[in-house]
Amino acid sequence: MSTAKAAATPRQQGGPPFLMALPALLLFGVFALVPMGIVVYLSFTHWDGLGSPAWAGTGNWREALTSDVTRHALWLTLKFMLVSWLVQTPVSLLLGVFVAGRQRYRALLAVFYFVPLLISSAAIAIIFKNLLDPNFGLGASLDLPLLNQNWLGDPELAFYAVVFVIAWQFVPFHTLLYQAGTRQIPASLYEAAAIDGAGRLAQFWHITLPQLRYTVVTSSTLMLVGSLTYFDLVFVLTGGGPGYATRLLPLDMYITGFQSNEMGLASAISVILVAAGLLLSLIVVRFSGFSRMRSQQAGV
Amino acid sequence: MSALSHAPQTDSEARAPRSSAAPSTRPGRLARLRRTNSPGALGGLLWLLIVLVPVYWVVVTSLRTREGFFDANPLALPTRPTLENYRLVLDNDFAHFLWNSVVVTTGATLLTLAVSFLAAYAIVRGTSRALRWTFSVFLLGLAIPLQATIIPVYYLIAKAQMYDTLGAIVLPSAAFAIPLTVIILVNFLRDIPDELYESMRADGAGHWRMLWSLALPLSRPALITVTIYDALNVWNGFLFPLILTQSPDKRVLPLFVWSFQGEFTINIPAILAAVVLSTLPILALYVIGRRQLIGGLTAGFGK
Repeated sequence: MSTAKAAATPRQQGGPPFLMALPALLLFGVFALVPMGIVVYLSFTHWDGLGSPAWAGTGNWREALTSDVTRHALWLTLKFMLVSWLVQTPVSLLLGVFVAGRQRYRALLAVFYFVPLLISSAAIAIIFKNLLDPNFGLGASLDLPLLNQNWLGDPELAFYAVVFVIAWQFVPFHTLLYQAGTRQIPASLYEAAAIDGAGRLAQFWHITLPQLRYTVVTSSTLMLVGSLTYFDLVFVLTGGGPGYATRLLPLDMYITGFQSNEMGLASAISVILVAAGLLLSLIVVRFSGFSRMRSQQAGV
Repeated sequence: MSALSHAPQTDSEARAPRSSAAPSTRPGRLARLRRTNSPGALGGLLWLLIVLVPVYWVVVTSLRTREGFFDANPLALPTRPTLENYRLVLDNDFAHFLWNSVVVTTGATLLTLAVSFLAAYAIVRGTSRALRWTFSVFLLGLAIPLQATIIPVYYLIAKAQMYDTLGAIVLPSAAFAIPLTVIILVNFLRDIPDELYESMRADGAGHWRMLWSLALPLSRPALITVTIYDALNVWNGFLFPLILTQSPDKRVLPLFVWSFQGEFTINIPAILAAVVLSTLPILALYVIGRRQLIGGLTAGFGK
């Protein structure tokens, strides 16, 4: 299609051929787009992961939608998504705005803030598994009553421990986004506001926050979609336990598929995950004017 | 924010500390007011504590003896620091897993960069509808939890007889890095002025020439950014190696750290030494390219 169009205009005027984008599209297609089709197909089969998938009708779907385990995992994932967003957004927003200032010590702080992004999820999970241990963890050894809890053994606490560790890992990244956003706010806005007698709090509320709305959208989208993929950290940190207390949907998918060898059922869970991600992105985009942002960006 | 305006911006960032040290070049009083907020500083320091205490604890503990671990104040410096734990990790074939990680990370990163740069160039310079559509596909890729399709990826890799090879990690890791890489590169390439291309075209240059001698050198900052960011993600990747390989022979560092932890459950200083050793190489890469990484990432995401 594109080549026909290119041929229609003089060669020197035509854009680069679609051919140049093909390798990326092909690689991405084979390992990301095609699998989205296959996973729908697999969700209608019985497959143990070794032999061949056998058609199973809607059995997996009926099981996925009625199973207590999966429903609990879905509920937990939504709760986790909301709580994580509520924790991470204000923290990274405030940190980002703060670090956007230009003193030397802030630049230095920004260097250290980034450190968690360098450590693998598996390593982070191992670190906190030990730090939070009720026998020899930080709280127990230093005898800090507030910290000295059975963080990973108590179902309610384990959930919040996971929220905290995830925040520890990802707040730096979002801080970075907010830092970038804040630096692009024109200083003239603040000067005008200050002349009108607006205090720092008022400036933050009436200038910084509204100006950062698109950054909030970008960051929130990545955060919300991200919470559908947090697997490795939870897998190593709690294994989904105690009981089912931290068995989020991606982990439920892994355990169902690769430990219980029910790939069909696990595929149904995958489809739910993908659908949830798409739906979420659509909602965020719809209610935040992301499309308006794109057109505005094109105009810049 | 752009490829071209990017360089001066990093420049001014580099100058910022100096200018704030010299009162004469300070911005007006209003701007200064905005920038010296003590509640912010308090919060910033608190978060610094939350980030650094665990990191400090890991390093200090990795230097303790196994016995010392249980008696000591966890935050005190070790009375008799030892490198014994590091030796234990190195003796456990660390070099082999390190090599696997290097191969996988280099392979996947180079593959992602090559195909993404071509695609980004075509998208920015292209006029065809198919290319605009391609960009939308990659935008969509950001909004989907792609890891959720791990089962069909496993299925495809098994079908292609690639299960339990390093290539099985490279291909999907590269594929999953493409959307973000393309988007960041597109944001940079968009700001190279048309006039530069026009003058090359007047000299009779085709697209490959313009890509190679104009777009490529000008996007160096963006390329460094995505290289580090992609390498970081592949290096730390856990899910693909866990599912697509099996033999210890084909395992990469995050899996090594994980299985080491399973094996040496009670030797916590040794486990933490493994954590430190597996993080050092990527830390080195980050230290070399830090300014580029942060500048480029924020440019790619800003607005």
